[in-house]
Amino acid sequence: MTENKNQPIITVKDLSIFYKTFRAVKNVDLEIFENKITAIIGPSGCGKSTVLRSFNRMNDFIPGASIQGNILFHDKNIYDEDVDPVQVRRMIGMVFQKPNPFPKSIYENIAWGAKMNGFSGNMDDLVEKTLQDAALWDEVKDELNKNALSLSGGQQQRLCIARALAVKPEIILMDEPCSALDPIATLKIEDLMRELSHNYSIIIVTHNMQQAARASDMTAFFTMDEDRAGVMVEYGLTTQIFTNPKNKQTEDYITGRFG
Amino acid sequence: MNKNNSIFESRAQGNLKKRHRVSKIWRSSFFLSTTIGIFSLVILLFSIINQAFGYVIVENNVDPASLSSMPLQSLEREELISILQENVSKNRFKTIQRDNPVEELKRSELVGLVTSEIIKPTTLKSYFLIPSLTNKAEIIRTQQDEFPNAVVQFRSWISPSFLTDPLSTNPDTTGIRTALLGSLWIIVVTVIIAFPIGIGAAIYLEEYSSNNWLSRIIKTNIDNLAGIPSIVYGLLGLAIFVRGLNLITSGAFIGIDQSNGRTILSAALTMSLLILPLIIINAQEAIRAVPSSLRQASYGLGATRLQTIWYHVLPAAMPGILTGTILAVSRAIGETAPLILVGASSFINKDPSGLFSNFTVLPIQIYNWTTRPQAEFRNVAAASILVLLIVLLTLNTAAILLRNHFSKNKAA
Amino acid sequence: MQIAQNPLVNKLRKKPRIGENLIQAVLLICGIISVLTTIGIVFELGKESLLFFTMPGVTLKGFLTGTSWQPAIGEFGILPLLTSTLITTFFAMLIALPLGLGAAIFLSEYASPKARKTLKPALEVLAGIPTVVYGYFALTVMTPFLRLLFGSDTVQIYNMLSAGLVMGIMILPLVSSMSEDALHAVPRSLREAAFGLGATRFETAVKVVVPAALSGIIAAFIIGISRAVGETMIVAIAAGSGSAFTFNPLNAAETMTGYIARISGGDVAYDTPEYNSIFAIGMFLFLITLALNLVSRRIAARFREVYE
Repeated sequence: MTENKNQPIITVKDLSIFYKTFRAVKNVDLEIFENKITAIIGPSGCGKSTVLRSFNRMNDFIPGASIQGNILFHDKNIYDEDVDPVQVRRMIGMVFQKPNPFPKSIYENIAWGAKMNGFSGNMDDLVEKTLQDAALWDEVKDELNKNALSLSGGQQQRLCIARALAVKPEIILMDEPCSALDPIATLKIEDLMRELSHNYSIIIVTHNMQQAARASDMTAFFTMDEDRAGVMVEYGLTTQIFTNPKNKQTEDYITGRFG
Repeated sequence: MNKNNSIFESRAQGNLKKRHRVSKIWRSSFFLSTTIGIFSLVILLFSIINQAFGYVIVENNVDPASLSSMPLQSLEREELISILQENVSKNRFKTIQRDNPVEELKRSELVGLVTSEIIKPTTLKSYFLIPSLTNKAEIIRTQQDEFPNAVVQFRSWISPSFLTDPLSTNPDTTGIRTALLGSLWIIVVTVIIAFPIGIGAAIYLEEYSSNNWLSRIIKTNIDNLAGIPSIVYGLLGLAIFVRGLNLITSGAFIGIDQSNGRTILSAALTMSLLILPLIIINAQEAIRAVPSSLRQASYGLGATRLQTIWYHVLPAAMPGILTGTILAVSRAIGETAPLILVGASSFINKDPSGLFSNFTVLPIQIYNWTTRPQAEFRNVAAASILVLLIVLLTLNTAAILLRNHFSKNKAA
Repeated sequence: MQIAQNPLVNKLRKKPRIGENLIQAVLLICGIISVLTTIGIVFELGKESLLFFTMPGVTLKGFLTGTSWQPAIGEFGILPLLTSTLITTFFAMLIALPLGLGAAIFLSEYASPKARKTLKPALEVLAGIPTVVYGYFALTVMTPFLRLLFGSDTVQIYNMLSAGLVMGIMILPLVSSMSEDALHAVPRSLREAAFGLGATRFETAVKVVVPAALSGIIAAFIIGISRAVGETMIVAIAAGSGSAFTFNPLNAAETMTGYIARISGGDVAYDTPEYNSIFAIGMFLFLITLALNLVSRRIAARFREVYE
């Protein structure tokens, strides 16, 4: 697997994202590697989430949003005419800022996505497996039929992760998954991410630098340019970004002199 | 300077007192405005109840005691049939047999038949509830002086038999079963037509159309439709459903022998168009209230738009949609004008039996009875209004309960 | 070439979703049905009106200016029907506008949350009562009351005043709830500014809040008028049948809607002057109410622009 390091799973080429005529993100080039945790950090409003959501075409739902440039997933541009965005989202799952379980039972929350995607094996096993993978099984195994909304925030977010895993994606996008959680729940999610990175590639947007430093392998630093458009300033190994940033802006940001 | 100041103060205070007085007077007049509406509601209900109950002076054509030593209600079916045979002319009995074969009638129906055919009670005079309670002696004196052969009874014009008897032209014996069934048929068919179309349109407008010219036209159009007088819908129903599509709405296309398009189907189609804007507007609101995080969760798992709508948006919006539909239905139940145009007939006593039956509905009967000169029809109208209001109250309570139940669940 | 070898590319490829497209088309049709309804109304009313106006002896000028409506003898002047519609509407508004606005001001500016919670649903109940019941109310309560008040010699059994007043009670909740929404939309800061300058509650309500919400209130008034013009059952029951060109509200006179209801209530034969005339009147009614609704919507939209 180590040789995969050189082979990116996602290659972003000269990506710009527009909301109507406003250019929200400008000329981003980025390579995401397999089975790594890639963090995207930067001040608020710099387009981190916008970039993340473009990776599985969630921006399609925002009226007036459009992109320029390419996002290659295994060498295939996911914005090509012949690509089905629904298929993209099946392979690139997403966990949102606020936990958003369906108002159904825990079991159904996980089973629904898998069933919809044509899963035909033993559903009970799949539910148990994904809940174990999401480190939630021990807490909920006796109450699988309970409404998911009755779980705590941290449990809900892990359920959302389990739900995404059940669809068997290759990549999991996480949009500030811990911003609504307390520190203990946050720590659990970070441990879980580490665990999951053996089998999945994870891209996480976070405004919490400690989280990026603790939990990620690669870090991309974004900021806003003078047109208020998001630009990528620096990208590299997390250890390098946080200990030896090449760019002055990155250094200012991570040392707290900016934003 | 000091002096000036104090003058200013005292003047301001005098002024202030006046201003407070004005404020207070207006406050009470605003309060009065609010209560006048409620006051009229109380008067309305009072007048209905006042007319739905009270003493009546009734004269029987034949004394029931002369027919049988026992009360009619306790007689067997056979005895009732023989009383009927003995006391009506042969021709009349034949007519009765042809309309409703007596052998098939229930005992209660036979009692009704004996009452209406032989005893023939006639209300000579009816009294409102208030004089009945306060002035009973006067009523009895009137009966003794003017109608020595009659009896005074206390009558509740609304009664179980009033609900279950068919319509008749005699206010003493009429029931409202025919009209109730007509209303029920029309509402059920209307909901079957309007509910899916209304939700479909709301889904299209909220989940599919991205503010293009077509959806803007549809939205403006729905808003305007909601403001069109109901009688105009009646004209539309008359021209299109009753007349234009006569072949379909009369049932002639499947061989039903029915001379015109004034059927349950025409009425229900007209009502559907009438309540469609209400259902759509309410359903749109309910769908809009579904949090977008739910949709994102579904799309994030690779669901298609349809799967997202079907499995997540609709179930979450359904309580709101149902509440709106119940309110639209209660509007339809009380509608009268459009049904006059599509040909509700006030003089039928045959229960509707299907889409292609002629019909009448409760509000049409209320209209018809209200405009009759005889006082007894007013009593019957009042009783029918009570029934109608109880039905509407039940529906509205159901809608409110549903809404509360929903908002409680959401909070939990 | 390298790309083609990757099996993933095939997986990502769009597959036709016939079911989804079909359902989207069906949903679109559901939306279009409402447009078809409008087209149907305009077309049918227009067609029959055209037949009406091409009848011998009927002219648009005569229709709009004639003071006698006697279809039996070929007189088709809408003025008698129009004046009685306007008179009943006038009395309805005399009740509904001041009382509706007063109730709205009370509920929005004065009432405690608790009082609001009991008074508002009571007014909503009033709005939910079928119009035929109001007709009954007009004939059996309001008319006897008016005859008691003014003498049964001067007040006819069927009269426009009774119908108009009861119509006002019916429309009151509509006006009050729409006006209250408008008052409610006025920002708190405006009220606080007035209170801060030492204004009483009444002065704040009438001199600050009501003017700020004026266009919303006017929109409510116009909708109320539109509702009164189109109301059928109350006038059909209480205002009288048979057209009469009179300005005395204590007399009986048939309104436009009342005429439509009476003519269609009998077994009117198709393609007779009567049959065509109800569509011509319906068209007239449709245009009036549509214009009122559009004006109201325009004014309300401007109001929303200011505060939202």
